[in-house]
Amino acid sequence: MEKSTVFNNRLLPYLLLLPQLVITVVFFYWPASQAIWQSFLREDAFGLVSEFVGLENYQALFAQPEYYRSMLTTVIFSTLVAALSLSIALLFATQADKNLKAAPAYKTLMIWPYAVAPAVAGVLWFFMFQPSLGMLSRPLRGMGLDWNPLLNENHAMILVVMAAVWKQISYNFLFFLAGLQAIPRSVLEAGAIDGARPLRRFWTITFPLLSPTTFFLLVVNIVYVFFDTFGIIDAVTGGGPAGATTTMVYKVYADGRLGGDLGGSAAQSVILMIIVIALTAIQFRYVERKVQY
Amino acid sequence: MVEHRPFTDFIAYAILTLGVFIVAFPVYLALIASTHDAATVVGGHMPASPGSQTLENYYRAVFVGGSRTSREPVANMLINSFVSAIGIALGKIFISILSAYAVVYFRFPFRKTAFWIIFITLMLPVEVRIYPTYKVVADLKMLDTYAGLILPLIASATGTLLFRQFFMTVPDELLEASRIDGAGPFRFFWDTLLPLSITTIAALFVIQFIYGWNQYLWPLLITTKDSMQTIVIGIKKMLVTSDELAEWQLAMATAVLAMLPPVAVVIFMQRLFVRGLVQTEK
Repeated sequence: MEKSTVFNNRLLPYLLLLPQLVITVVFFYWPASQAIWQSFLREDAFGLVSEFVGLENYQALFAQPEYYRSMLTTVIFSTLVAALSLSIALLFATQADKNLKAAPAYKTLMIWPYAVAPAVAGVLWFFMFQPSLGMLSRPLRGMGLDWNPLLNENHAMILVVMAAVWKQISYNFLFFLAGLQAIPRSVLEAGAIDGARPLRRFWTITFPLLSPTTFFLLVVNIVYVFFDTFGIIDAVTGGGPAGATTTMVYKVYADGRLGGDLGGSAAQSVILMIIVIALTAIQFRYVERKVQY
Repeated sequence: MVEHRPFTDFIAYAILTLGVFIVAFPVYLALIASTHDAATVVGGHMPASPGSQTLENYYRAVFVGGSRTSREPVANMLINSFVSAIGIALGKIFISILSAYAVVYFRFPFRKTAFWIIFITLMLPVEVRIYPTYKVVADLKMLDTYAGLILPLIASATGTLLFRQFFMTVPDELLEASRIDGAGPFRFFWDTLLPLSITTIAALFVIQFIYGWNQYLWPLLITTKDSMQTIVIGIKKMLVTSDELAEWQLAMATAVLAMLPPVAVVIFMQRLFVRGLVQTEK
């Protein structure tokens, strides 16, 4: 789609584009290309001398058991968070889609956690489940469970997943509700006249019609888990215990900062870039124009 | 729904009420913790009702600061958070409305190229290129400055795409009419396009304010001085000691203060917020 009437100035459009292009080149393309370049270099411990080492950083990375572990952690973490937050949000959205008097009020009460920073969400959940002072740790211990997310790897993962799901429900709820409200009532009425019960109507009519929204949300949620959960992980576990909650993004951060391995960190950045580009391409290939709001 | 039976309504209310409870519970506990003294909170037997230390806790958090790891008063962090969040929101709106105007209302060589250069940035969040970006900002002497907090985060395509999409829906007749009246590109932008874009601008502002306020990794890296840290970073720094020594009542008061502005924006500007969210993700 293009405008048929336009201005003919020659210089002006470039001036209008200039601020954004300068910022994009300085803070985006330059660092991104530096990351790619650095991933082929090795610096000495003081960062004074760097030599070109080809693919050595990548080879070293793929020889590291910790890297495979962070990949596995990322897969488990994103699957759990996406599956839980999508299904819980869908349950709430289907209820809020019913003709209830208080539905708008419930909508407001459901969406505000979107505004809570991931790191703050992490701190809130850590406070509830901190082994010695957490309000909810005592009942867990009372049930005979030796709850300790600071030492137990599974407990740490559960806690991080809960905080990430809590934060993401509001977003998914909002989009599911919009998707549900866009489904024509006449289709559902036709199903009802044919004798389909509510649950059957949901699985045979509503859910298939909602699939573009679901697919769109699935991609967005995976991107969310990859990047936005950094604050949650850093606030709750700091990647621990023993690396149990170190996702791929967290490892980029930890290796570059604490380990000082900039080449390895850059190589990980490049791999992440490729994954995100693939995810975005999938989103545009399959979601574009199919999602109705 | 098609049927309307009291029983299904009751189930719906029950499920939604449970949902609201789950969503609100962690925040409720933080509110409660911020009203008790340190010993009550750390003791592990905190009551579920507010205590009597509310004023003391908030006063200490806002004006005095913690006595252990973080001694920075929260008032200062709030200012940093406000400046960077508003800077990110306004900066993004400014650069993206201009570039969208150029791409939609002008024909010039490399127009498509310029659009793609901007568009690709949509795909890569700052998290995947943190250290090289850090180095650029350090070389530009922008560590511990507002410019360093703001500029790298406004290099993104969302705003440009949003304004481009909106400009495409503006009828061509408006431009034709303005040109007959003798208006050039500046007059048309200022008198016609900008007033029409107010809602889009406001929606983008709401979303970007929340985005800017909640930033974590980037401010964590580039602020080394306590006086430059944002409130979200400040909470984390209050908790870096062992958990029994941390001043949880102050950290929770700070957490409440950190949530207040963005949550208020969502609740009181809900329509703009929903609009912005749906549009920027399209």
